[in-house]
Amino acid sequence: MKAGITGYGAYIPWRRLSRETVAKANAWFAPNIRGRGHRAVANWDEDSITMAVAAARDLLGESGDRSAIEQVMLASTTMPFADRLNAGLLAEALNLSEKLSAVDISGAQTASLAGLSQALATSDARGSKVLLAAADNRNTLAASPQELSYGDAAAALTLGTDGVIAECLGEAALAVDFVDHFRQSDRDTDYHWEERWVRDEGIARFLPTVIGDVLSQSGVAAAEVNHFIFPTTFKRMDQQLASKCGIAVDAIADNLESTVGDSGAAHGLLMLAQVLAKAQPGELILLCQFGSGARAMLLRVTDAINDFSPVRGVSGWLTRSVEETNYTRFLAYKGQLQLDKGMRGEQDKKTALSTAYRYRKALLGFVAGRCSVSGDVHFPPTRLSYTPGAPRLDTQQPYPLAEKTGHILSWSAEYLSSDMAPPHQYGQVDFVGGGRLLMDFTDVQKGDIDTGMEVEMVFRIKDIDELRGFKRYFWKATPVQRGAGNKQSSASEEQ
Amino acid sequence: MAAGIKDKVAILGMGCSRFGERWDVGPEELMVEAYNEALADAGIAPEQIDAGWFSTHMDDVGTGRGGLPMSIALRLPGIGVTRVENFCAGGSESFRAAAYAVAAGACDIAIAVGVEKLKDTGYGGLPVATVGTYIPQWYPAAVAPANFAQLASAYRARHRVNAADLKRAIAHVSVKSHANGAKNPKAHLRKPITEEQCLNAPVIAEPLGLFDCCGVSDGAAAVIVTTPEIARSLGKTDLVTFKALQIVASNGWEMQGNEWDGSYVHTARIAARKAYAEAGISKPREEISLTEVHDCFSITELVTMEDLFLSPEGGAIRDVMDGVFDADGQIPCQIDGGLKCFGHPVGASGIRMLYEVYLQLLGRAGERQLSNPRTGLIHNLGGQPSQNVCAVSIVGLEGV
Repeated sequence: MKAGITGYGAYIPWRRLSRETVAKANAWFAPNIRGRGHRAVANWDEDSITMAVAAARDLLGESGDRSAIEQVMLASTTMPFADRLNAGLLAEALNLSEKLSAVDISGAQTASLAGLSQALATSDARGSKVLLAAADNRNTLAASPQELSYGDAAAALTLGTDGVIAECLGEAALAVDFVDHFRQSDRDTDYHWEERWVRDEGIARFLPTVIGDVLSQSGVAAAEVNHFIFPTTFKRMDQQLASKCGIAVDAIADNLESTVGDSGAAHGLLMLAQVLAKAQPGELILLCQFGSGARAMLLRVTDAINDFSPVRGVSGWLTRSVEETNYTRFLAYKGQLQLDKGMRGEQDKKTALSTAYRYRKALLGFVAGRCSVSGDVHFPPTRLSYTPGAPRLDTQQPYPLAEKTGHILSWSAEYLSSDMAPPHQYGQVDFVGGGRLLMDFTDVQKGDIDTGMEVEMVFRIKDIDELRGFKRYFWKATPVQRGAGNKQSSASEEQ
Repeated sequence: MAAGIKDKVAILGMGCSRFGERWDVGPEELMVEAYNEALADAGIAPEQIDAGWFSTHMDDVGTGRGGLPMSIALRLPGIGVTRVENFCAGGSESFRAAAYAVAAGACDIAIAVGVEKLKDTGYGGLPVATVGTYIPQWYPAAVAPANFAQLASAYRARHRVNAADLKRAIAHVSVKSHANGAKNPKAHLRKPITEEQCLNAPVIAEPLGLFDCCGVSDGAAAVIVTTPEIARSLGKTDLVTFKALQIVASNGWEMQGNEWDGSYVHTARIAARKAYAEAGISKPREEISLTEVHDCFSITELVTMEDLFLSPEGGAIRDVMDGVFDADGQIPCQIDGGLKCFGHPVGASGIRMLYEVYLQLLGRAGERQLSNPRTGLIHNLGGQPSQNVCAVSIVGLEGV
């Protein structure tokens, strides 16, 4: 069978910044900036890699077969590392086989669609399973329009020949050095040209071209498209484009502007994840993205769509949220506000790379050791078991903990250490099925943690070595019952 | 089972510097302060010392590594000086080594000195420690208050205690120690506090407030040990001898396994049982006159009363509130102010605890002297509840 999409997942960070908060904070300087709704903001310990891991886990779930994945691709314009394979880290965190091809794709907002095109070709040619993740976590200048319109998020797809839920009917690409915005390699934020020019000379010309190409290739009429995905931060641009191309207005997919914001290279796939969650067999999805040209792909949903569902999906992540009304925290997390972290914040966070490599299965894959005799789970894995009276040698087998849940045995919330989310909260977690670790809690605020609470695992930044420009990653615990409605807890916080 | 240390080693002399924010001195001067007092108390010349053990924990902010900081500061006469380090229990480790050397007959007279110079970091609280290259890559950057605060959350869950009752009991612990410390001229913190002050203090690590945490202090302490026979030959009459010296180190069972419930210190219970056996004590609540325990945090002291079998399990709150461990209670605890108020110069603390018990047993504790104490217990804990080194030592008057 021809390769197609076999699964989808998404990730939206917990904090949702109120745009009104941003507008109010900047009104003295930029009185014309207005905003409604919210945008997603990555926590201080998240970046494009951790978000991609979260989206891939949303797709794969606990029981998903990871051994068949032969290629991992990460699309982003905000890769944490310029020279270190970001997709390789993604693969390690997912505890995938080392015998795979890992590829980073960047360069434009169209990176994820370019990745999708390549992933399909690879899967088709080799009959293999490919994981494609896309994430963006872009920084913005204070009081810029992008501060309001951007959002942080990730999405993931698997491509393969078995269990295809959406097949590709055709695709088209256009590479044009049309610079609507840019970010030089050594810069932190984007620089944008005038919106009217981008709309009229860019989007309105390139998109009809690729859309026309893909529809004619596929022999499909524009009016037959059931879902039109076009990420844009420009008001009604998707509607103008739909009418220009003859696509029904009610086919336009929600661009998540009011809840997430535009997640850059990830946004097309994020919207696709949302569309696939409600799409019916036989429906046609036109997936487009603009950036240094344009790309379009036409997908047809198959009967197998009913056999797949992500762990949470876009709708699940949307409800796992907390309103962010603290503008300076947002700025600090986005590197736009320099905080006095105190002398305790001066501690050297140098990473011994040889140590990191030696224990990478434990550190990145979160693989513990389970004693084949006693069943006791050890983290980190060791040659000798701790089991009282039975310090057995070399009996521990690899035992992944990432998809296990746990319960909090003991905890505290302290104000002494230098932490980006005070109070710094951590405690001992007992894993269901065995194993115990002292773990950081993340995506929590004061009062969220209690003894006995059920927690799940998330892959996050452990420390940032500002001196050398290095991040190290590990797993943290976060409360499980976060799906229950939009918790408006900011009012009860420290402010 | 081994015959044990009981009555094989006597304390010949002890000294202790004033503890506190000693901006005026460095670790060398602190050691000299404690050493001079110990030497004078022992009534010996430096040349009579056969070997030395040196305890310091945070070498990077204090003395530097090895035995040299001690041998050079004290100008010791061409003898071996061995540095020992076992977190906050290093002090006990050092006098155990000295006592063992004497008991083995390898030395006639040995000295142990502990010192810590903590107040050259530029910030409050304990210095940030390094823990190798692997642990920082997965273990939270945890601080001591939060490590010990977890005892409180687990204790509440285990014994179904409401937060307010536990908070009030640990406040009583601190109020008591401040009252005791006020009477100790060498103590770091000498102001009494009220329960209300304690309950309303800023939170450091939930549920521990400022007054639930011990002082971070500069200080040094020294002990000179010998055999009872040599001590008598040197003119000593009332002898304080070691009855038990036990140290237990975690092996990962608490931190990695799923059995320990987090509400007590596992090693402390093992060490206490061994120490009581070594000392021949069967009813500790009746036989122990006073304790100096590792009250790094008020919750630690409360839980320790159960770990030492002085309070029944789940009964420490009641005993604390009944004043059993107050200065005028049945088993006074931290009569010198404890880590809480005497202060906690890490490497010196175990020896400081021994110092107070020694003074009390010899009736030399001045304004805070207890009436007729006969046996004292020293509990010195290094690390954190989930992974630690716990030393329990018992000393008493010879023949008791």
